[in-house]
Amino acid sequence: MSDLTTRPDRDGDLPSRPPAVPDIPAQPGPEAAADGPEPAPRPDRAQYGVCAFLALVGALVIVDATTRIGSAINTADPIGPKPVPILLGVLLLVIAAVYAVDVARGGAGEPEAGEDVDLSLPIDWRTVLLLIGSFLVNAVLIDRLGWVISGTILFWGSAYALGNRHYVRNLLIAVALSLITFYTFAIGLGVDLPAGVLQGIL
Amino acid sequence: MDNFANLLDGFANVLTPMNLLFALIGVTIGTAVGVLPGIGPAMTVALLLPVTYGMEPAQAFIMFAGIFYGGMYGGSTTSILLNTPGESSSVVTAIEGNKMAKAGRAAQALATAAIGSFVAGTIATVLLVVVTPPVVQFAISLGAPDYFALMLLAFVSVTAVLGASRVRGFASLLLGLVIGVIGIDQSGQQRLTFGLPQLADGIDVVVVAVGIFAVGEALWIAAHLRRKSGEVIPVGQPWMGKQDWKRSWKPWLRGTAFGFPFGAVPAGGAEIPTFLSYVTEKKLTKHPEEFGRGAIEGVAGPEAANNASAAGTLVPMLAIGLPTNATAAVMLAAFEGYGIQPGPLLFTRESSLVWTLIASLFVGNLLLLVLNLPLAPAWARLLRIPRPYLYAGILFFASMGAYAVNAQPFDLFLLLALGLLGFGMRRFGLPILPLIVGTILGPRAELQGRRALQLSGGELHGLIGGWVSWLIYATVAVVLLWPLIGRFVVRPLRGRSVTA
Repeated sequence: MSDLTTRPDRDGDLPSRPPAVPDIPAQPGPEAAADGPEPAPRPDRAQYGVCAFLALVGALVIVDATTRIGSAINTADPIGPKPVPILLGVLLLVIAAVYAVDVARGGAGEPEAGEDVDLSLPIDWRTVLLLIGSFLVNAVLIDRLGWVISGTILFWGSAYALGNRHYVRNLLIAVALSLITFYTFAIGLGVDLPAGVLQGIL
Repeated sequence: MDNFANLLDGFANVLTPMNLLFALIGVTIGTAVGVLPGIGPAMTVALLLPVTYGMEPAQAFIMFAGIFYGGMYGGSTTSILLNTPGESSSVVTAIEGNKMAKAGRAAQALATAAIGSFVAGTIATVLLVVVTPPVVQFAISLGAPDYFALMLLAFVSVTAVLGASRVRGFASLLLGLVIGVIGIDQSGQQRLTFGLPQLADGIDVVVVAVGIFAVGEALWIAAHLRRKSGEVIPVGQPWMGKQDWKRSWKPWLRGTAFGFPFGAVPAGGAEIPTFLSYVTEKKLTKHPEEFGRGAIEGVAGPEAANNASAAGTLVPMLAIGLPTNATAAVMLAAFEGYGIQPGPLLFTRESSLVWTLIASLFVGNLLLLVLNLPLAPAWARLLRIPRPYLYAGILFFASMGAYAVNAQPFDLFLLLALGLLGFGMRRFGLPILPLIVGTILGPRAELQGRRALQLSGGELHGLIGGWVSWLIYATVAVVLLWPLIGRFVVRPLRGRSVTA
């Protein structure tokens, strides 16, 4: 996880620096092969959505703090539960505004790179949605059918979503993985996993 | 020599057959998971947390120490054999390490990394033993205002010093702090629970860490999955010739000297010392022509720095309860899961446990060396795991771990929501670390802040304690104003040769 993209050779930057050129040793990607002058960087307008999200969270926190939280001030706690969320809400609104200014001035965040990440490809929404689907099926079914079945569906569905088409082999792997985890963790190590409908069989 | 006696007791605790087995398991799965592409040390620790849920704290920590060092070591194998490292602390290792591997010297690169990690880890753990007790002594003298200031410093430093963009860092930090607010606060009021009883206890930090790291990462990678995965360089048994030893031992020691102090201070991290080590080795080498083509010094130094820094992060984590990197933050969450509060009192209250943990760091480090030299070819094979299985497996284990925290499906929906947040953050280049640190330290900072203000009857001057808090606030101010200082003071002094 390259959650830190800092380089020690970098001075402190103002928020409004131009779109960063990746300064990590660049991997040769298809974009390196593109000839001709560098295309003008397109402004990443979706970033305004991030600002809106931050502002929304800020507003939500303030509304919650002012309307739902009771005041519980006493001598032992002269501050009470309200000021911190209100402060955070205000700061979120401020940072949303500063963020918007940064975007308007051409600022852009660098999408995270990684071993298996090819940033020259656009986001593959079909894969992402299929993964979310498998994930939700597991969340809905886990208490009803039990971990062994819902986990099997989760693994099989995710492998399918990620483009693996060995249906039978994947099913075998998924079942094996679910059974192994169930026996090692739930039975062996005392981790809480539901047996579901297979209660008594496993 | 009281601490020495405690440490010996710790060794006595670790060196039972059962506990050694736990250490061995920890090292093995830590390395195995850390080797897998796309899984860095923090995710390794977060994903493997559930494994320890049903154990005694002592055994869990013994295993944890192994996972911690194993995850670190696994990451370097990935960067040497596959290049394009997933975590920033291995970026420098990859520069020379991958070149060495391509030039047919993968065995030597892995050997110098493994032995260097062992040397650095051992020295740094000795330093940990020496340095931590005085830090604890110092930390005991601190009051609520000082703690509040320290946490403020942690927030500001992970946000403003690390990472490329301050706005994005602060946005991430604030989101983390808001997540930390959720739940019933100390006065018994529900905050941001929206009437949901499942939120009354707040969102478990494990769910946050697994959601942001594992689910977010898996979704993000799935969205951009490389159709052809990178080329894995085949490797045999790691070994080093006489010449390699001669060229490696000094970089190991210098790397350790860089890594430990940076790891031990807030916002130090592993990036700066690994980079400094690389630059130093490049300057001091007798084979400058090899740099850029696979110089062994360029692997030995940064790898040692990386490991020493990891051990260094344990000093503030154990002594003050202040995590300075993502892995330490997740470990802090693990401590809390056992009802154990890291901080100065830890050494008096849970003395035996802490020293067992430290002793198992030594043991784990040795096991790592013994295990990794012969097993390197097996680890290399792990790199060829088909990507659909890898990322399906991450989602599978993430779900299992998050469910196991409270045994409620609600947490899986939360996990997905947090995963989507993590996805969005990766898409827009928001750093992850501030969010995690905000979530974990936010509630503690609020507690200390409110405690400090309680003494002053709510007047703001209550936040200012002794000279320590003054010093810390001054540091915070410097960090925050650094861009201005850099622009108006440092750059003119350096002349105009510096281009931004």
